Amino acid sequence: MTTTFTNARLINPETGTDEIGSLTIEGGLIVGLNAGEAGEVIDCGGKCLAPGIVDIGVKIGEPGERHKESFRTAGLAAAAGGVTTMVIRPDTTPAVDTPETLSFVTRRAGQVTPVNVHSMGALTKGREGREMVEMGFMLDAGAIAFTDCDHVVTDNKVYSRAMTYARSLRALIIGHPQDPQLSKGAAVTSGKFASLRGLPAVNPLAERMGLERDLALAEMTGVAYHADSLSTAKSLPALERAKAAGVDVSAGVNIHHLTLNELDVGDYRTFFKVKPPLRSEDDRLAMVEAVASGLIDIISSMHTPQDEESKRLPFEEAASGAVALETLLPAAMRLVHAGLIDLPTLWRALSLNPARRFNLPGGELTVGAPADLVLFDPDAPFVLDRFKLNSKSKNTPFDGARMEGKVLGTWVAGERVFGGNDA
Amino acid sequence: MTFRQRHLLGIEQLHPEEIKTVLDLADSYAEMNRSSVKHSDALAGLTQINMFFENSTRTQASFEIAGKRLGADVMNMAMQASSIKKGETLIDTALTLNAMHPDLLVVRHPHSGAVNLLAEKVNCAVLNAGDGKHEHPTQALLDALTIRREKGRLHRLTVAICGDIAHSRVARSNLILLGKMENRVRLVGPPTLMPSQIDQFGVEVYDDMEEGLKDADVVMMLRLQRERMDGGFIPSEREYYHRYGLDAEKLAHAKDDAIVMHPGPMNRGVEIDGTIADDINRSVIQEQVEMGVAVRMAAMDLLARNLKAERENRTEGVYV
Repeated sequence: MTTTFTNARLINPETGTDEIGSLTIEGGLIVGLNAGEAGEVIDCGGKCLAPGIVDIGVKIGEPGERHKESFRTAGLAAAAGGVTTMVIRPDTTPAVDTPETLSFVTRRAGQVTPVNVHSMGALTKGREGREMVEMGFMLDAGAIAFTDCDHVVTDNKVYSRAMTYARSLRALIIGHPQDPQLSKGAAVTSGKFASLRGLPAVNPLAERMGLERDLALAEMTGVAYHADSLSTAKSLPALERAKAAGVDVSAGVNIHHLTLNELDVGDYRTFFKVKPPLRSEDDRLAMVEAVASGLIDIISSMHTPQDEESKRLPFEEAASGAVALETLLPAAMRLVHAGLIDLPTLWRALSLNPARRFNLPGGELTVGAPADLVLFDPDAPFVLDRFKLNSKSKNTPFDGARMEGKVLGTWVAGERVFGGNDA
Repeated sequence: MTFRQRHLLGIEQLHPEEIKTVLDLADSYAEMNRSSVKHSDALAGLTQINMFFENSTRTQASFEIAGKRLGADVMNMAMQASSIKKGETLIDTALTLNAMHPDLLVVRHPHSGAVNLLAEKVNCAVLNAGDGKHEHPTQALLDALTIRREKGRLHRLTVAICGDIAHSRVARSNLILLGKMENRVRLVGPPTLMPSQIDQFGVEVYDDMEEGLKDADVVMMLRLQRERMDGGFIPSEREYYHRYGLDAEKLAHAKDDAIVMHPGPMNRGVEIDGTIADDINRSVIQEQVEMGVAVRMAAMDLLARNLKAERENRTEGVYV
C-alpha cells in the first residue's frame, strides 16, 4: 500500500532542514521525498512530520514489576508519544543478564507492542559489578548494548575487562557516570535548596568523577562507550576533551534534566525525584546548550514507571524516576518554544543520533529508511492530566503543567499505530 | 495579633508578626505555669495525639504537659514500636489516625518533609515536632522566647550557633527565625558539619570558635548528633571538644553578659563544659525547657482557634 503525506513540515535531522513538502511511503519504507502524490493522500495541514523518536532509556516492568508497567501499556504510551523505537533497560527484577531472560523479554515485546523494541543487556550478572554476562550469547539473542544502568561498576578491573571483551564483539557499553560513594543515599543535589530542605545531597562533581573514570577506561580499552544521563555543566569539558582525543564516546541527557531544575522539587514533591537528581538552573541551561551544539548526542526519556505506593513516601524514602514516554515530545518542545534549539537539531538528538549510535534502522527521513514517522502539531497547547496517560504508572512531574506540542499520528513501518484519520 | 496558619510545619512559613503573636501568648502561659493553678480550658474537648516516629523524651513530655495544662485529651503513640514495623506506610498510619478525629497531631519523624506529607492527608492541625534535618519550629520559638526574656529584645542581637549544623533541624529553624527577626546570625563549626552553601542564607560562617564567638550576645550550642552521622565527620570527640567545645576560655570572647543555650540533651565534655552548663549566671538551659512548655501551649492554642473557626465555617475572621 502506498501513502503520501502532503503539505507537511518535513523535519529532517540529517540535512538540518525544516521545509514544507511531501513524503511517500510504501511497503514499510520511505520511497519518495517531494515525489508527487501517489496512493492514499494524507494532508498534514502544514504540521510537522519527523522521524519517529528512538528512545534509548525505557524501563518496562517486565519481568518483575508488571504492576508498574507492561509491554502493552508502554507500547501504547510510546505510540501516543511519537516514540517508534524503544530501547529498553535491563534494570528489571531479575535483571536481563542471561540470553534466556533476553529472549523472554523480546518475545513478550513482539506479542503486544505496536512499536519497535530492542533490548539492552546487563553488563554484569545481577548488575552486581562482579562477573560479566555472556555477551556473545546475548548479542546473538538480540541485545544491542550492555549496561548496569544506575548501578556503577566500582571494580575497575571488572569494568575494564568487560569493556575489553565488549570491544572484540563490537558491542556498545553504556554507563551512568557517578561516584557511587559520594552519591550514596543522596536524594537531591547539594546546595542552598538541599540545605534548606534538610535532604541528603550529592555534589554535582560526583558525576564528573565517575565520567572521568569511565572515559579513561574507554580510552584504555578502545570500547564504544556511551555516557548516559549526564546532567551537570562540570562534566562537559571532560566529555569535550575525550571526544577531541578521538575516544569512541557519545553522551546522553534525560529530558527532565533539560526541562526542570532542583527547585521544582518544591515542598518535597516526590514526582520530581529522579536519578541523577535534578540540578541547578545553570546546569540545565548548559545541558540544553550542549545538545544544541552536538556535544551531547542523545536525549532520552529515562522512562521509569513507579506506582503510587513507591512515591507516596517521605522524599528520602520515595523511589526515583518518572514516566516520560508520552511527555518527551511536548517537554522537548519547550526548548524549541524558548528559542534554545531548532526542530531539526532537536530531532538529531531524538532520532538520528540514537539510531546511528545503537546501529538501528530509522531515525531519518531518507528514501529507503523505514517508514517510522511522527506527525505533530508543535504549537497545540494542553494541560497535562496524569490520569490520562497510557502508562500504567502515572508518576509524571508534568502533572497539571501547561505544555505545547501534540502528537497527531504515529506510524511504525508504514502502519499507523496512533491517531485518527483526521490529521 | 495575627496567626494565619493551619499547621505549624516550620518557621519558613511564618511571618514575623505571627512569631510575635506566638511569643506574646507564650509569655502569658509562662506566667500561668509559674502560678499555683496551672490549668486552662483552651483545648477542652479537643484530642491531641503525639506521634513520635523517633525517640524523644523531652519534646514529647513537653507537648504532653502543654496539652494537658490546656485541657486537651492527650494520647502518646510510640510509632517505632507500632505498625510501622509491620510495613504500614506513613500515609496509611495517618489515615487510620485521622479516622479517630484528632484535633491536634504532634509529629516527629526521622525524614525531612515527612510531616509536610502527613499534613496533606489529614484534616486536623499538625505540629512539626522535628522532621529529619529539616525543621523543629517549636524549638526555635522557645529559643526565641528565652532570648527575648533574657535580652529584652529579639532583634539586632549577635547570635552564634555552634557545632553540628549539618545534622541539626534546630539550627535550620533557628537561623530562619533569627534572620526573620533581623538578628546577626553566625554559624560556627568544622566545615564537615556545615550544610553546603549555607553562607547563602544570610549568615556568617566561621570554623574558628574564638572568632565566631567574638562579641556575641547569645551562644547557642548544638548537640553532636552521632546517631545521624553516616561516617567520620570529625577525627575524635576529644579533638572536637578541644576545638569546638564551649569552655570558659572560649566563652570569654563573647560579650560579658552573653547567655549560653543548648537544646538538649547535652553531651557534657563533648560540645559543652559541665561547669558552663551549670553556671546560673550564664546558662539559660533550664529556662529553655520551661519556655518550651509555654511556647507549645501557645502554638496549640492558636492552631486550635483557627481549627475551630474553620470548622464553624465562618467566612470572616477564620484566622486569629
